[in-house]
Amino acid sequence: MKLDLILRVGTKVLLPLLLLFALYVQFHGELGPGGGFQAGVIMTGAVILYAIIFGLNAAKRIAPQRLVEAMVPLGVLIFAGTGLAAMLLGGNFLDYSVLAADPPHGRELGIILVEAGVLVTVSGTMTAIFYAFSERGR
Amino acid sequence: MALLTMLAAVTVGVVRMRNLFGVVVLVGAYSFLMASVLVVLDAPDVAMTEAAVGAGVSTVILLATLHLTKSMEYPHPRKAYLPLFVAAVTGAVLIWGTYSLPPFGTADAPIHQHVAPKYLSDSIKETMVPNVVTSVLADYRGFDTLGETTVVFTAGIGVLLLLKGRRRQRREGGGGPAE
Repeated sequence: MKLDLILRVGTKVLLPLLLLFALYVQFHGELGPGGGFQAGVIMTGAVILYAIIFGLNAAKRIAPQRLVEAMVPLGVLIFAGTGLAAMLLGGNFLDYSVLAADPPHGRELGIILVEAGVLVTVSGTMTAIFYAFSERGR
Repeated sequence: MALLTMLAAVTVGVVRMRNLFGVVVLVGAYSFLMASVLVVLDAPDVAMTEAAVGAGVSTVILLATLHLTKSMEYPHPRKAYLPLFVAAVTGAVLIWGTYSLPPFGTADAPIHQHVAPKYLSDSIKETMVPNVVTSVLADYRGFDTLGETTVVFTAGIGVLLLLKGRRRQRREGGGGPAE
């Protein structure tokens, strides 16, 4: 892919910032606006930008297709697994208060785990759909 | 108000335009305007989702779809008066329905009386998470969010099956006669 130098350099500058912003949205989601869903989509946006500028194969090197497709069910499993872990520890399904020694800490931990599950499924699904579409177009 | 006017203008543009590439770009602009409206309404969480999903990912996916199909819409053979009538009546009924809603933004509307005060007063104490939106989404309404994640999962699996399954079938069909 021979494209404008400005686009390529600009993308390289933007890419770490985008990924960092996605992580910020993810882990700052308890404090400010954001959460797993938004962070997942921003992460996908970074991958799509990279794929548009540097080509699909380059994007597949940083986000391999098998990994992306495995992430689709993995996030749901993390979410449901958090709920089941709460059940195994003697609470109700998705009742995070038993996950740590005192209930508020447990619920905070549960929220972080659940948001991670949402992030994994959303970014995996969006990227997998993008890959599927762009492969069909070849 | 300016934002809403621009929203209406973009909507008319989307309906009138025949070039689907332009329609996709306008839909992206619509999403960004919608995100601005949501920021004005103090809903940054939703605005962020709208900007990232509506304007970002879905624009790319729509463009990818256009790449697979034709990018011009066929002109309609006849004027569709019945759908116009149905749309006008539905819109009128919806506007009439808003008159029995409580005035916009009043604190004593039923939606602010039910569980919202409890969330606002207790959520930081109970979950140690300062963003009430996050604690409601992931904790108080955890089942709903699990359902949402499952919906994303199901939709993704469905699209992947549609897009990748047919190619495999074609490959099998192509390999059939050689065997």
